[in-house]
Amino acid sequence: MSDSITTETIDTVAALAEGGYKWGFSTDIEMDMAPKGLNEDIIRLISARKNEPEWLLEWRLKAYAAWLKMEEPDWAMLRHEPIDYQDLHYYAAPKKKAGPKSLDEVDPELLKTYAKLGIPLKEQAYLAGVEPEEGARPQVAVDAVFDSVSVATTFRSTLEKAGVIFCPISEAVLSHPELVQKYLGSVVPAGDNYFAALNSAVFTDGSFVFIPKGVRCPMELSTYFRINARNTGQFERTLIVVEDGGHVSYLEGCTAPQRDENQLHAAVVELVAMEDASIKYSTVQNWYPGDANGLGGIYNFVTKRGACRGARSKISWTQVETGSAITWKYPSCILQGDGSVGEFYSVAVTTNHQQADTGTKMIHIGKNTSSTIVSKGISAGQSNNTYRGLVKVLPKAEGARNFTQCDSLLIGDRCGAHTVPYIESRNPTAKLEHEATTSKISDDQLFYCRSRGLSQEDAVGMIVNGFCRDVLKELPMEFAVEAQKLLAISLEGSVG
Amino acid sequence: MSAALKTGVLDLAAEAFLARYEGLRARLTGDAALREQAAGLFRSAGLPGPREEAWRYTALRPLAEVRFAEPLTPVEDCADLLARLPAISAPRLVFVDGRFREDLSRVPECVAVRVGGPAFGGLADPAREALVALNTMLAEDGAEIAVADGVDAGTLMIASLGTSGAGRIGAFHPRHAITLGRGAKLTLVDVAIGEGVYLNNAVTSVRVAEDAALTHLRLQMESEAAFSIATIYAEVAARGTYDSFTLTLGARLSRAEIHARLAGPEAIAHLNAARLLRGVQHGDFTTVVRHDAPNCASRQTVKTVLAGKSRGVFQGKIEVARIAQKTDGYQMNQAMLLSPDAEMDSKPQLEIYADDVKCSHGATVGEIDPEQLFYLRSRGVPQEMARMMLIRAFLAEAIDGVAHDEGRAAMEAAIEAWWEQGL
Repeated sequence: MSDSITTETIDTVAALAEGGYKWGFSTDIEMDMAPKGLNEDIIRLISARKNEPEWLLEWRLKAYAAWLKMEEPDWAMLRHEPIDYQDLHYYAAPKKKAGPKSLDEVDPELLKTYAKLGIPLKEQAYLAGVEPEEGARPQVAVDAVFDSVSVATTFRSTLEKAGVIFCPISEAVLSHPELVQKYLGSVVPAGDNYFAALNSAVFTDGSFVFIPKGVRCPMELSTYFRINARNTGQFERTLIVVEDGGHVSYLEGCTAPQRDENQLHAAVVELVAMEDASIKYSTVQNWYPGDANGLGGIYNFVTKRGACRGARSKISWTQVETGSAITWKYPSCILQGDGSVGEFYSVAVTTNHQQADTGTKMIHIGKNTSSTIVSKGISAGQSNNTYRGLVKVLPKAEGARNFTQCDSLLIGDRCGAHTVPYIESRNPTAKLEHEATTSKISDDQLFYCRSRGLSQEDAVGMIVNGFCRDVLKELPMEFAVEAQKLLAISLEGSVG
Repeated sequence: MSAALKTGVLDLAAEAFLARYEGLRARLTGDAALREQAAGLFRSAGLPGPREEAWRYTALRPLAEVRFAEPLTPVEDCADLLARLPAISAPRLVFVDGRFREDLSRVPECVAVRVGGPAFGGLADPAREALVALNTMLAEDGAEIAVADGVDAGTLMIASLGTSGAGRIGAFHPRHAITLGRGAKLTLVDVAIGEGVYLNNAVTSVRVAEDAALTHLRLQMESEAAFSIATIYAEVAARGTYDSFTLTLGARLSRAEIHARLAGPEAIAHLNAARLLRGVQHGDFTTVVRHDAPNCASRQTVKTVLAGKSRGVFQGKIEVARIAQKTDGYQMNQAMLLSPDAEMDSKPQLEIYADDVKCSHGATVGEIDPEQLFYLRSRGVPQEMARMMLIRAFLAEAIDGVAHDEGRAAMEAAIEAWWEQGL
C-alpha cells in the first residue's frame, strides 16, 4: 500500500510540474527604463526622477557605500548562480499619461492586468471612482504597485477623513517628509544587511501608511505587487507607522508573469507600533517559481521587521509563500515595549526546484513580552524548504514567553525539509518552548479519506489544508480565500 | 576560513600549538603522514572563532589566552585524584595528564588493549573539526580497545586525571579507539577528573559492528579551572547500539561534541546528557546524528541546570539521508536557569531528505515552576529543599535512563558532591 502511494505521490508531483504557472502572462506597456547597472549615477537618477529631497539622496548614497563593502550572505540553505548586480535595470516606470490622478486615466492595460489577477477590488467600480455607500461592509483599499511605481490609489478620501495616510512612499517623501525622515530606516537601518542596503540605495517605490493616535483604520489596506518588465530588479520599500492605540491590517499579495531569466527582488518592510498599537501584516506570495527544471523564477530576498516600541503593542505577521525560485525572508519583531506581542504565522510550499529559507526573529527586550511562532513547511518535487528562526531573550525581559511550533511535511523522496531554530535566553523568568516535527502524509489519514469516497487529490488537498489550518485561520477573510485557492493550485498536480 | 576572521589571540595560540608540534615531531609515534596532514589543516584553519557557525556560542578565547607548556617531570603522586574516581568494580585504564600509567591501571582480560601511543581509529574528520586536527597533530597516547565478536566484556573504566603538571600548565590530546565486534557488548565508563589548569583535548573513535552494543557513560568532572574538549565519532552498523550518556559538572570551558552515524539498518543511537554548571562555567554539548540507513532510531534527552553566571550551549542536529526511510529521530533539550546572570543558547536542527520519517525535536528554557514550588511549600517543605527537589526531579528524567546501576549511582553521587559545594 505504501508503495503504491509513494508512486502516486511521485506521479502527482510530476503532474504538478507540468501543470504550469497559471498566472504567467505578461502585459505590454511601454516602459521607461534606466540603463543596466548600478553606480552612484543611477542612484542619483532614481532620486532625481522622484524629485527627492537632498537628505534622502544622501541616505541612499550612504547605503550604497555600505553595500559595496558587504558580502552577499551565504549562510542560508540556498543554492543559486551568482547574481550579477550590474546586469539589472534599477529603475523602470510605466510611461504615464499626464497626471493619472483620476482613475479613468489609468492605462486600461493595467486595469486588465488586475482583472486577470482577480484583485478583490470591489473593485473595478472603486477603481472607476465610485464612492462606497454609507455603512457598506468593511472595504479594502488598494495601493497598486506596477513595476515599482504606484499608479492607482483608491479610497483616498475615506482614509483621509479618518486621518489615515496611505500613499506611495515616493509621494509621502514629498507630502510628509518629516514623518518619512523620522521613521525610514529606524527599524531596518540602511546598512542592516546586504539586501536591505541594496534596497535602501535603489528603492523605487512602495507604500507608506500612517495611522494617527487612537485611529482604527476603517478598512484593510492592500498592495498588489507585480513584477512585469524583463530584467527589472524590484526594490520595494514599505513603511507602516501606527501611533498610540491605532490599528491597521495590511495585505500584500503578489503574482508575476512567466519569465525565463531570474529576477531579483529585494524588498524592505518596516513596521512601527507605538503604545497599544497593533499591526497585522499579511502576505500571499505567488511569484513565478521557475519551470519544472528549475529554470527561471524570482529570487526573493526580503527584509521585514517590525518594532513594537510602545507598551502593549502588537505586530502579527502572516505569510503564505508558494512562489519564487528562491525565498530568503525572515519577518521579525523587536519586542521593546513592556507587554508587547509578536506573532509569526507561516505556510511555505516548495515544489520542483524551489528553495525557501524562511522564518522569523523574535527579540524580547521589554518585560512580559510574548511571541508565538507557527510555521508549516511543505516540500514536494526536488525542492528544499528550511525554517530558520531566532528567539532571543535579553536580560531585562522579565517574564518573557515564547511558543514555537514548526511542522514540515514531505511529499516525495527527492525533497528536503530542514529546521534551524536558535534559542537564546538570558533571563531565568523567561519561558521558551520550541517544538518541531517532520513527517509525511500518513497512510492512515489518506486511507480514511479515500475510504469515504474522496479522490486521492481531494484527500491530500484536505489533509494539507488541515495541516496549514493554524496559519490560514490567521489570514483576513479577503486573503484566506485566495490563499486556500493558491495552496490548492500549488499542490493541484502533486496530488492527483 | 580567511585569516581576517580570526582574532589575534586565537592566531597566537594556534602558532604556539604548531611550534609545539615542530618541537615534538621527532619523538611522536604513530602515523607521521597523518599528523603532517593534520598539522597542515590546523595551520590553515587555526582555532575556530565566533564567526564559525559551529562555534557561534562557544568562544575559545579564554583557552587561547593560556600559555601551555610541557610538564618537566611527570606527576607521580595522584592518590588524591585516584580517591575521587567513582566506585566502579571494573578494570581500569588510568591516564595522568594524557599519559598511560600502568602502575595505576588494571588491564582487563577479555578485552584486547593496546596503549603506549595514540589510537587514531580512522573515523575522525580533522578537515572539518580544527580541534580534532590539533589532537591528531599532537596526540601522544591513548587506548585501543577491541572486543572480539560475541564477547560480553562487561564494564571497563577509562580514567583521565588532569593536573597542573608540577606548576606548568599542560595540554594533552588523548586519542582512543574502541571497536566492538559482531554481537559484542561493553560498558565503558569514561571519567575525567583533575585539579588546577590544563587542557584535555580528547578524541575517541567508536566502531560498533552488527548486533553489538556499547554503553558509553561519560563523567566529566574536570577541575573547574580546566579546559575540556572531547570529540567522539561513533559509527554503528546494522542492529548495533551506541548508548551514550554525558554528565557535565566540571571545567571552566568545556565542549563535548558527538558525531554518531547510523550506518546500517535498525541501528540505534542514544546521546543523552545532564549538566550542572555554576560560577563562570561554560558548557557546550554539540551532537550530530546522521541517519544513513533505513529503520534506524536516535534518541536524545539533554537536561541543563545553570546557576551563577554560567552559560549552557546545546547544538543538536539530526541529519536524515535520502536512503534513510522509516527513520525515527527524537530530541528533547530542556534547560533550567537558576540565576538572572545565567544564559542558555540552543540550536536544535533537523536536516531531512527522506519523506517517510518521524523526526521531532523539542526545546524549553525556563526557571523552576513557581506553581510546583508553591505546592511543595504549602506542604511544609522549606524553600531551599523544595528547589532542590524540583531540580533533582528535572535531572532525574535524564539520569534514570542510565541502565548501568553502578554507573548511575556514580553519577548520582557526583551530583550529590556537586551540591554540597553549593551554587
